[in-house]
Formats: sequence, C-alpha cells, structure tokens
Amino acid sequence: MSADTGEYGLSTTAERQAVTNVPGAAPSKEWVIVTRNISRDYDMGGEVVHALRGVDVAIRRNEYVAIMGPSGSGKSTLMNLIGCLDTPSGGEYWLNGELVSRMADDDLAHVRNREIGFVFQTFNLLPRASALANVELPLVYAGIPSAERKRRAAEALEKVQLADRMDHRPNELSGGQRQRVAIARALVNRPAILLADEPTGNLDSTTSEEIMRVFESLAQGGQTVIMVTHEPDIARHAKRVIQLRDGRVASDENQAKFMQRAVATV
Amino acid sequence: MRLLDAIILALQQIRVQKLKSFFTLIGVIIGVMFLIAVVSIVEGLNKKIEVDFAGKFLGVNTFNVRRMPNIGMGDVTEAEWRSWRQRPRITAADADAIHAGLPDDARWAIQDSRNVNASTDYTRSGGSVLANAVTAGYFTIKDIGVEKGRLFTEQEDALGSPVVVIGSDVEKTYFPNIDPIDHIIKLEGYEFRVVGVIEKQGTTLGFNFDNQLYGPFHSVMNRVTMSHRDIAGIVVQAPNEQAMGELQTVVREIMRRRRHLRPAEKDNFVLETTQSAFSAWDKIKQVLVMAGIALPAIGLVVGAMVIMNIMLVAVAERTREIGIRKALGARQRDILWQFLVESSTLSALGAVIGIAFGFGISLIVSAMGLATSVAPWSVVLSVAIGAGVGIVAGTLPAMKAAKLDPIAALRSD
Repeated sequence: MSADTGEYGLSTTAERQAVTNVPGAAPSKEWVIVTRNISRDYDMGGEVVHALRGVDVAIRRNEYVAIMGPSGSGKSTLMNLIGCLDTPSGGEYWLNGELVSRMADDDLAHVRNREIGFVFQTFNLLPRASALANVELPLVYAGIPSAERKRRAAEALEKVQLADRMDHRPNELSGGQRQRVAIARALVNRPAILLADEPTGNLDSTTSEEIMRVFESLAQGGQTVIMVTHEPDIARHAKRVIQLRDGRVASDENQAKFMQRAVATV
Repeated sequence: MRLLDAIILALQQIRVQKLKSFFTLIGVIIGVMFLIAVVSIVEGLNKKIEVDFAGKFLGVNTFNVRRMPNIGMGDVTEAEWRSWRQRPRITAADADAIHAGLPDDARWAIQDSRNVNASTDYTRSGGSVLANAVTAGYFTIKDIGVEKGRLFTEQEDALGSPVVVIGSDVEKTYFPNIDPIDHIIKLEGYEFRVVGVIEKQGTTLGFNFDNQLYGPFHSVMNRVTMSHRDIAGIVVQAPNEQAMGELQTVVREIMRRRRHLRPAEKDNFVLETTQSAFSAWDKIKQVLVMAGIALPAIGLVVGAMVIMNIMLVAVAERTREIGIRKALGARQRDILWQFLVESSTLSALGAVIGIAFGFGISLIVSAMGLATSVAPWSVVLSVAIGAGVGIVAGTLPAMKAAKLDPIAALRSD
C-alpha cells in the first residue's frame, strides 16, 4: 500500500481514506475533489435504481485519473456528479474546498463555469459557431467583455495548435481538430479540473493517440485531469485508475499496478 | 450573459434562418403595417377636414355668430331642431352692435346667402348659384382674391352699389367666351354689374366654392338673399389663435345683453368655430383610430401565437445546444434571457418591417391625392408592441428552455 505514491507525488490509499472519513469537515486545500459516501438513486417509474451506492473518492490537485467501469457500473453517474451536472441523493461532494452536493441549480452552473472544463465524446461544439466563438462560450457566461474573451479564446486555441483554424466551423474541421477545439474551450476559463467523458470514443486510433498526448502534456503542466473511459488502452495513460462496479469503487490503484493486473488478466 | 451578447446571438440566429424568420413575422408585419397606415390615413383625413374644409367654410381663427349651427355633422334631435327654429333672428343691428364692441385688431363681416337662379344675355338659365350678401371685410377674412377685375369696396357697400364679384364657374356658365367685367347678371329680377372674377377656390367635400357670387350687403343683394328674415352669420376674426377665446366671450356678452338673457338662461344663438362645427368629426376620428388599433391587434395576436410556436420548435431543435450552454455555465436566467431576447428581437424586426410597409402604404395613398401623414406616436407604439409581442410570445418557450435538465439535454440529438 505504501508503494502507492508515484512519481507525481500522488496520494496513498491511507491518506485518501483519512480525507474521506471525516463527514462535514472541509478537506485541506490540496484536495480538489473529495466525495464522502455519495450515492445516487433514480426513480424509474416506482422502482428505485441505485446507480451509485456510496462512493469515496479523493483526488489531489495535479492528479491524472481515469475512471473505468463497464456500462451500468455507475461511471457516467459519477462523472455527472463530479461535473456538477447532477446532485447526489446522499453523501458529500467537496469540489475545490466548496461543498457542492447541496447547491441549487444556478450555483451549480456557476461552479461548472468556474471549476470544470468538459470534454465530451461527441465534442458538443455549437455547429453554427466558429471555433473561436465556441471557445469563447464559457467566458460569455463568466461575464467577460468581448475583446478580452476573443483574446483569451485565441490564446487557448493557439495552445492546442489551432491558431490557423479559429474561423472554421466544426463541420470544416477533422475529428481530432474538433476535440482540440473542445479542449481549448474546456481550459479557457482555467478550471480546477478537466473532466473528459470518453474523449477518444469517436476518434480513430491515430487521432486518439494525438489527443492523449495533449492530455499528457496538460497533466504534466499541472492540470488536474479526470477521464471517464471504458477502454483500458486509454486508461493506461492516466497515473491512477479508479474502477467502478455496481455503483461501488472496485479498485483504486496507480497505473503500474493497474497495468500489472491488466496484463495478468489477458 | 450580457444584453449585447444576447442580442448579437439572436440576430445571428435570425440571419441563419432568414426565410423562416420572415414567415414567422408576417402577423406582426401586417399588424404594424395596418396600424401605421390607418393612423396616417386618419391623420390625413383629419388635416383635410380641419384645415381644408373647415378653413374654407369658416376661415382661420374665425367664428360665426349664427342662429343655429351650419355645418351640423352630428345627430340633431327633432326637439333640438324645433328649439333652434324658435330662436330670434340675427339682424343687421346685431352686426352693428358687435362691430361697436369689438377690439381694434379684430375683423368682422356680415355674410348672408341663398341659392337663387341667375341669368345673363348670354345664358338664360344655368341652374342655381349661391348668392352672398357680404360686407367688404369678408374678402380679407376669407383671404379671397380676384383673377380678373377687382373686389367691391367699403364705399360701394355703404352706397349700396349693385355690383357683384363672381366665381370662376359662374363666369364659365353665364359668360361663355366673354370677358364678364362690366356686364350685367340678373338675380331674382335685380340687375348687378360684374366687377371681378374670384380666383379658383375648388371643391371641398362636394361643395363647389366657384359656383358663388358676392354682392354688397347694403345693396339690393340683401333682398336677393332675403336678409330681412335672418342673416346667416356675423363673421368675426381674431388676430391670432390665443385671442379667439376672449373674443368669443366679448361677442357672447354683447349678444346676451342685446337679448336680455338672464345668467341661468342658455345662449339662443351659436358661436360656430372650426372645433364646434367638427366635434362630430372628432367622434368619427376616434372610431377610426380605434379601428386602426383593433384590426392590427388581431394580426398581432396571431403573430404572437406564430412566434410562440416557432420558439417552441426552436427550443426543441436546440435542446442539445441548451445542454452544452448549461454545461459550460449558463444559468437558468441566461437561457431564459437568450430565448426572450431572440423572440423580442425577431418581433421587433417584424415591427420595423411593418413600419416600413406602413410608410409605403401611406406614400401610395398620398400619391392618390389624400395627404397622409404618419403619426410619430404610432411608430413609437409599433416598436413597443413589437418588442412586447416578442416578450409575451417568448416567455413560455424560454421558460421551458431554461428549466431543461442539462444531462438529458446533452444526450438529445
């Protein structure tokens, strides 16, 4: 267990447990995400489905984490909760020092705008807006004036090597370019976490590698990255892998260990 | 999200779907177009009635002292009519008394008239003409000038000279291809010498101002017009609009004193002004303006329903976009705002197009002869209505959009 600490100074399981075991207490600054026994139930026409049955996850700043699990494991539900698109039925969720699990709709919107950068499988760019306008969107809702928005959006696009494609619409861009626009959009408001949902699901393997290299360099640059995927090939890029099964954490280990087990399974 | 951003977004959205936007707006366009056009036509009619028609009959800043109203456009009951018939007559002595009591800067004239048959050596009978017995001041008050010859003078009136100034249609009928000056025209057996022809006055609402002639009141012309029975009117002109009220008070007092009316008794004469003569027109005008507002209102209601429908479709079509915006931090009120601004921008655009079309109709009607004028208040009202319709029509769809669940919205196609 003590071997958990990797080259990026990641937390040990013991440390993480210490953080998640004190309900009601704000975690210290280094912990960007702490969930304490969060659950999510859905009422499906009278029948209650338990999508999450008490999950404890603690993620430090600068970690690069993959969340895995087969369909129905609750990984999408967890990602919606972490992304503040949804609120848990029970338990606590602390994001960047704030208790967000009991927040109202508009406060959650504000948290999403400030703290979370989404990257989706289907890119989710506005089809009729240019790459620049797409990247500007989070800044629009942050109330930033137009000139500064354009400057910051252009900067973000330069960082993903799309300076020459700013005026192109999504349908004039390749899949890889679209996903890079989406990454630029996710990062433009300097969020606490980059939250990617199957970011390579709609891309061929070459392009997938290209996108994973972008994530890699972001993580090396200090960006907290959380990636939801069902592909072990993609998950192996992360430094830590959390596996879910039946709405519970089945394993939470560093990359080396995950790889060992993956090889052993084959 | 800031207002400017929301408006720019709305305009982009409208530009992308030009044709659809245009059809969406037809209700608002037609509504506003009719509002502008009807109001401008009513204003045009109003100017024609009040300035043209009333100005010609009564003159500028002028009132008539009469036994009963002349230009009666309103409903008069039988009883009212009978009470008017019992009133004392207006006499030349009344005119003298009024003249004596008037301030120096006021003008006055006696005017009496009757339809009579005329004849000359050149035409036996040309139908009836309107003979007027007037004092010389009348021409100044009515701003009447001559085309040929001259007007008669105060001296000729005082001396009772049997001279006459004729209208251009009288000249045409009774003196075909002849210069009428110094020729004789016979009225009811009396002979008058023509001294002038009045410049063309035209026809207003069916009344031909050129089929008239004017002789001195103190000549035998007052027999032609039978002025011993009743004088049609004593015309009084104020130097300006402000002096009108005071001058009416002065004249009313003179008349009441002459007739020994007690304070409780009503006037047994009228002081007919442009306003009093056309109070009935004011009522008609109100009805027309109401129609001008009610008819477009139907168009606007239909327009609002079309816009609401289109906005509901837009919300359904753009569910995913709404999901994306919410994921990126749009609050409920941002989405609400976005769709409200979009529907009101759309509808205000319709109002602007409607205003342009309304101006077009107004110009066409103008070209056809009725001098219309677009009322500024109708333009302001149209723009307000345009935006208002958009807000009313957009509220329900916008609220629907704002309340969408971001997860479900992101998952939609």
